[in-house]
Amino acid sequence: MAYPFVSDREVRVVSTHFGDPLQRRIDTYVERGGYGALKKAFGMGPTDVVDVVKSSGLRGRGGAGFPTGLKWSFMPKEQTKPHYLLCNADESEPGTFKDRELIRWDPHQLIEGCLIGAFAIRASHIYIYCRGEFFEANQVLARAVEDAYAKGYAGKNIMGSGNDIDITVHQGAGAYICGEETGLMNSLEGKRGQPRVKPPFPAAVGAFGMPSTINNVETLCAVPHIVSNGGEWYRQWGSEKSPGTKLFCVSGHVRKPGNYELPLGFPLSELIEDVCGGMRDGNALKAVIPGGSSVPIINAEEVARCNLDYEGCVAVGTMLGCASVIVMDDTTNIVKQVRRMVDFYAHESCGQCTPCREGSAWTAQIMRRIEDGKGTAADLDTLMEMTQEMVGTTICVLSDSVAAPVQSAIEKFRPDFMALIEANEPAGVAYHG
Amino acid sequence: MAELVKLTIDGHEVSVPKGTTILEAAKQIDTLVPHYCYHPGLSSPAMCRLCLVEVEGAPKPLPSCVTTVTEGQVVKTQSEEALGHRKGVLEFYLVNHPLDCPICDMSGECDLQDYVHLEGRKHGRGIEPKRVFGRDDFGGDVLFYGDRCVMCTRCVRFMNEVEQDECLTVVERGNRSVIDTFFDEGLEGTHWHGNVVDICPVGALVSKDFLYKARAWDLDHTPSVCASCSQGCNVLLHTRDNLVHRVKPRENLDVNAWWMCDHGRLDYEWMNVGDRLEAPLVRGNEGTRTAKSWKDALADLLERASALDDKSVRAVASARASNEDLGALAELVGAFGGGETVFRSPRAEEEIVLKGFPTLARRTDLAPNVKGAGLLGMKRVGADDATGGLESVAGHSGIVVVLGDALADQPEDFGSKAGLYIYLGTHDSAAAQAAHVVLPITTHAEQEGTFTNHEGRVQRFWPALEAPGMARPAWLILGALDAELTGEAGPQTAAEAFAELSEAIPALGGLTYEDLGTRGAVAGTKGAVVGTQGAPAGAAAQAARG
Repeated sequence: MAYPFVSDREVRVVSTHFGDPLQRRIDTYVERGGYGALKKAFGMGPTDVVDVVKSSGLRGRGGAGFPTGLKWSFMPKEQTKPHYLLCNADESEPGTFKDRELIRWDPHQLIEGCLIGAFAIRASHIYIYCRGEFFEANQVLARAVEDAYAKGYAGKNIMGSGNDIDITVHQGAGAYICGEETGLMNSLEGKRGQPRVKPPFPAAVGAFGMPSTINNVETLCAVPHIVSNGGEWYRQWGSEKSPGTKLFCVSGHVRKPGNYELPLGFPLSELIEDVCGGMRDGNALKAVIPGGSSVPIINAEEVARCNLDYEGCVAVGTMLGCASVIVMDDTTNIVKQVRRMVDFYAHESCGQCTPCREGSAWTAQIMRRIEDGKGTAADLDTLMEMTQEMVGTTICVLSDSVAAPVQSAIEKFRPDFMALIEANEPAGVAYHG
Repeated sequence: MAELVKLTIDGHEVSVPKGTTILEAAKQIDTLVPHYCYHPGLSSPAMCRLCLVEVEGAPKPLPSCVTTVTEGQVVKTQSEEALGHRKGVLEFYLVNHPLDCPICDMSGECDLQDYVHLEGRKHGRGIEPKRVFGRDDFGGDVLFYGDRCVMCTRCVRFMNEVEQDECLTVVERGNRSVIDTFFDEGLEGTHWHGNVVDICPVGALVSKDFLYKARAWDLDHTPSVCASCSQGCNVLLHTRDNLVHRVKPRENLDVNAWWMCDHGRLDYEWMNVGDRLEAPLVRGNEGTRTAKSWKDALADLLERASALDDKSVRAVASARASNEDLGALAELVGAFGGGETVFRSPRAEEEIVLKGFPTLARRTDLAPNVKGAGLLGMKRVGADDATGGLESVAGHSGIVVVLGDALADQPEDFGSKAGLYIYLGTHDSAAAQAAHVVLPITTHAEQEGTFTNHEGRVQRFWPALEAPGMARPAWLILGALDAELTGEAGPQTAAEAFAELSEAIPALGGLTYEDLGTRGAVAGTKGAVVGTQGAPAGAAAQAARG
């Protein structure tokens, strides 16, 4: 299937059926072996399912990379209160477009993953919190859930196993911060979407005050494959600490942007040059944001030695995040780029914590002034010092996400800033070289 | 007794009950970690991020308002790291703050001023234009200055958790967040909204009643007890130029915690009313009244009394008078020849309970000392609006004494059949025209004394204002008369007056002013452990929140 570009370097596990509209239909899904993993999981029992996922080394694909099996094992073994499984489908990190595609092309894969996860943590209810702007994905998902109920894969006594698991699809109303796990819970409960103070952690007090586990769409989509094939099978790809495959959302100045599923640890330079067909118009690479807009930006030299797994990214001073690779060529003005991202965060800050509420907007003001050619060299010092106070001082990490691109851009692309400051002229409209 | 946890704060070893927060524990070594969103009476969202402290072993600075102590913890509230973080956070507060301190009502008692002076940067780096919200009328007594707001949401949480009437909320997000009311439904009609002005750490929520009336540093604060109902909320009277300018609640977890109702808060103008009785007035035989010295007036009174055949007494007291005043009246009635004392007091139709702190309510008895008058055996008469019920006094032929009741509903010939009619009041009254002696007394704001609240808690108040002219506390006047009649020395201080009363009335059980302190004591509990100065309401709210 051509969707929209493919590469023979890909290892397709969760994205096997991208581009195939038939996969959305429950009959096709079942014909192709779907819901087999669920049946197998029911036969294994919750503890064994958690163990299989633990042995696979699967790590959360939402950005933090926390081991999924370990997270599941935090749930209370004695069920004194209802447990909930939450699926975070509020994909809103700038540069990320993998969860939407997973839902659009293969909704039953997600539902099956959710059901296995819910079974593993002894939850009787699944909430899929789907980003409100994803109209098509929401419709596809709603239809798939309806079909799953109709065919007995959800609801009471699933496949005659005696397990009851309900699924609710909840549409968000368009806030970046509702993708933060506790912000998502507040939003789901009908409160303001503001992250909660931790502890208590969701496994103790989560949605509606009950023990909850929250997983990303891509994480849950990998679960049926792991349950079917075993943990060792999944470990054939990737590294010891970062096993398996990962969807990379490549955007920006490459010839063939798109979603590519690759083994973790794949070299970033090969992703750009080989998989994505190289830089557009033969331009030189200037910078890459490897994990969505919240992570530090890296320059061409760092790109050359970056391997795309959790440890490899940390080694070059950035993070894998949700593997949203934004590639920029040498026509890019980094100041404009970073200013646009900071504007986004200032707009999306929930406004709870002072460093984030005031700091993100203040950073945006200074960035805009520099972009308008009215900045001074002292502004860069202010930015560096002030954003440092936004790191680690807030409830969630949104304010850290403002600091990371700003600090890394000033450190690595200072000439871009100085050029604007010294020229005393606005940066002008975007280049289209 | 709760389990104790030992930890080290700034090099000092501290032992506090398990579950205590670092911020509260630090108070034990007299360290106040700066904070905005934390209030002991509310849940803690840990969102102002000002109370960050360094805890050894923690990867990040921790908010001391929600971080509970653990055994052996080493906390540094004043380390370079902790101070650095707080300095950084304080700078963020000033990015959009208008710094209009010269025209801000909160100036001088503002937590933003205090903390920035204490720990903030000397010079700000913000040169960007500031965000402007302007001003909004929240209804009731509250005015909102959006630009000064630090977004601590104490007001929102007070309305949600304590008053439990969700009138305020945060709208928008990011630095566009602002406190607002729902459409046109403001705070009008709620009964406890004045507290949001008290707990606002800055000048964002100000009282319309107090707006531009005085600067905070010009006000004297005198501890007192609210005289609006029988709850006996502990208050501070804020005075300047011998006028009460506002009333603020004074913390007492056994009575009103940090709160008070709006009725009590705005019920102070009467203390400032002029046109007072300023000198003793003695009625001559031809009916004219002459101002006399205290000595002459009392001598005249005693002479008139000694000439009487019928020395039976009918007295009218007031539930707004202090225990000392009422006790002295009871003594005097006995010394004259005995008789009955009645009092009248208005009654509201229903209590207004503060839902989040249900032991606090605006009680139905709208006077501070109904219980005290009852303990002294005085009989309540009259209707719920404090009228009528005085028929047996009005036409009494012996001695009539009126203390503190203005007799507004009584005719001009009240007491005209009496052999001796003594009227003690703050203001003259039509029904005092027949009085042989009119004696000027002080209000509770001008004297020292005690009230007994609805649950029998005896609480002290202190003089906040100077009494006009020759007005004196009633206990001093009545005590002097009693001394003349009995030959025993009368009390010279309010403390002596209370001690005598406490001896005489078994219900008070020998309490003294020392026993009462600033928070009072329940009558009849001397020697017992009194009060529940323990878990604040916030701890319960926190627990409920999980």
